[in-house]
Amino acid sequence: MSLRKFLDNIKPNFEEGGKLHWLYSTYDAFETFLYVPNHTSKSGVHIHDARDSKRTMVIVILALIPALLMGMYNVGYQHYLSIGVDASFIQTFIYGLLGMLPHIVVSYVVGLGIEFAMAQIKKEEVAEGFLVSGMLIPMIVPIDTPLWMIAVATAFSVILAKEVFGGTGYNIFNVALIARAFLFFAYPSKMSGDQVWVRTDSTFGIGGGEVVDGLSGATPLGQIATSDVASFSDFSFHSVTGEVLNLWDMFVGLIPGSMGEVSTLAILLGALILIATGVGSWKTMVSVFAGGAATALLLNALAVNLIMEMPPLYHLFLGGFAFGAVFMATDPVTSARTEKGKWVFGFLIGVLAVLIRVFNPGYPEGMMLAILFMNAFAPLIDFYVVDGNIKRRLKRAVK
Amino acid sequence: MALSAKAKQALLGPLNKNNPVLVQVLGICSALAVTSKLEPSLVMAIAVTIVTAFANVIISLLRKTIPNRIRIIVQLVVVAALVTIVSEVLKAFAYDVNKQLSVFVGLIVTNCILMGRLEAFALGNGPWPSFLDGIGNGLGYGWILVVVGFFRELLGSGTLLGIQVVPEVFYNMGYENNGLMILPPMALFLVGIIIWIQRSKYKDLQEATN
Repeated sequence: MSLRKFLDNIKPNFEEGGKLHWLYSTYDAFETFLYVPNHTSKSGVHIHDARDSKRTMVIVILALIPALLMGMYNVGYQHYLSIGVDASFIQTFIYGLLGMLPHIVVSYVVGLGIEFAMAQIKKEEVAEGFLVSGMLIPMIVPIDTPLWMIAVATAFSVILAKEVFGGTGYNIFNVALIARAFLFFAYPSKMSGDQVWVRTDSTFGIGGGEVVDGLSGATPLGQIATSDVASFSDFSFHSVTGEVLNLWDMFVGLIPGSMGEVSTLAILLGALILIATGVGSWKTMVSVFAGGAATALLLNALAVNLIMEMPPLYHLFLGGFAFGAVFMATDPVTSARTEKGKWVFGFLIGVLAVLIRVFNPGYPEGMMLAILFMNAFAPLIDFYVVDGNIKRRLKRAVK
Repeated sequence: MALSAKAKQALLGPLNKNNPVLVQVLGICSALAVTSKLEPSLVMAIAVTIVTAFANVIISLLRKTIPNRIRIIVQLVVVAALVTIVSEVLKAFAYDVNKQLSVFVGLIVTNCILMGRLEAFALGNGPWPSFLDGIGNGLGYGWILVVVGFFRELLGSGTLLGIQVVPEVFYNMGYENNGLMILPPMALFLVGIIIWIQRSKYKDLQEATN
């Protein structure tokens, strides 16, 4: 029996009067996830487009895959580096896969559980927004974050950052980033420092071993924030075992960091997918990078301490900068909507992220705060862009 | 002693459907500032209840003699005098809590609930209903503080009134106190959640949407 037939067979149970009608939202979610919905609009004029929000979300998930795979490999890579074992590629990847999988499962089960329950209560269709958020949350936290913390943070952000505002499409702040901000402020010991970025224990019984001497699991940004070296030319980033890291290592992503955000290369591959399909705005991405680079250059010129001297490329490759620029700043709901507004919105995110990194040693990762802050300003930016346009046209008409 | 319907409304209304914090959204600043632990929340709740009740009674007694143009000054003098008494009593008998509450005891003077009740109720009603209204509003404010303080201390520090209540076993299993609960924003979230629950229970409190 084909899947389509099966769905059609069980459908009467969920329709009006069926004994499982109270689960209609759930049925509808699965049906429209698996097949293109055949509802047609009942009023007004509509432009037909194949890109409904479910397809959009799936494309974002596809774009996340390179960063996800690279993140998994890096989890294993950092682990085997820290126990001093020369593991094969497959072994490394499987370790990372097993390490990351529980986080992804927890995030989806909790988030989708709440979404389905809410849709059921409100008798609405299940919105697809969490499909992406659920993948983003595990990618922006350290590998050693306890699963129950991810569950609590996911529940917090889905309920208080999304459902109270009216659900998908109405949230002011990026849902995944709220989850991370919650973790960051609620459990700082699990979200920063040098203990959480590299998993040294075995996962599901594989990859056990003794940790090598002199292990240091700090992220490059953490290293430079706590370093007492006077000038950048004397400073060098080092891997967990103390070897010097160069710019290429950071670009490829073989450095300690949150699971999915280490590899700028893989993130840029994802960016290409987003731009080619028109799902993500290239204007936002370019302006975030431009804002970050411009601020870093300015600070280089005025440098009085080590972190102010850090060249722009390091800022762009390290931490969550690239990940935030490509996958978070471009979130169609919380970003500016006007085309001109996107330039301003993105540029200010880049500026703020670098400023927070440089001037607030307590927060080595400024990207999260910068994006959340600008989320709050996106409507204001749009207002002035629209207002400016109205004034300009008015002037032309009155003359 | 049976209360008349009006007196009952003055006493019980503010606890629920006319709550100063949940419905009128007054007194939020101190609700955020003092509720990180349960003990200061309790003391603050009692202090505000006493001050509101007696300020209401005094202003109600004086209501026919106060010239309208300087009534705010008179109200302030009465409230400030009462707050000073409460503050001195706290310093004498509960010095530790007084230190935790720091400026917020003195700032009861500026608590919007106080001036609100004096203006809206005590100036137009007799001493007995005014007293009940003061008690009601003080407790209406107080129970929110106690609920918020309860959850913030329980989840943020694992204690209640300073006594460890989250068992050691939990910590050994990987449980951690939620640091966000200690920060003021979380009080706002908790008040918001209480408002959410209340409005979904009483649909007539919901604002019309457009």
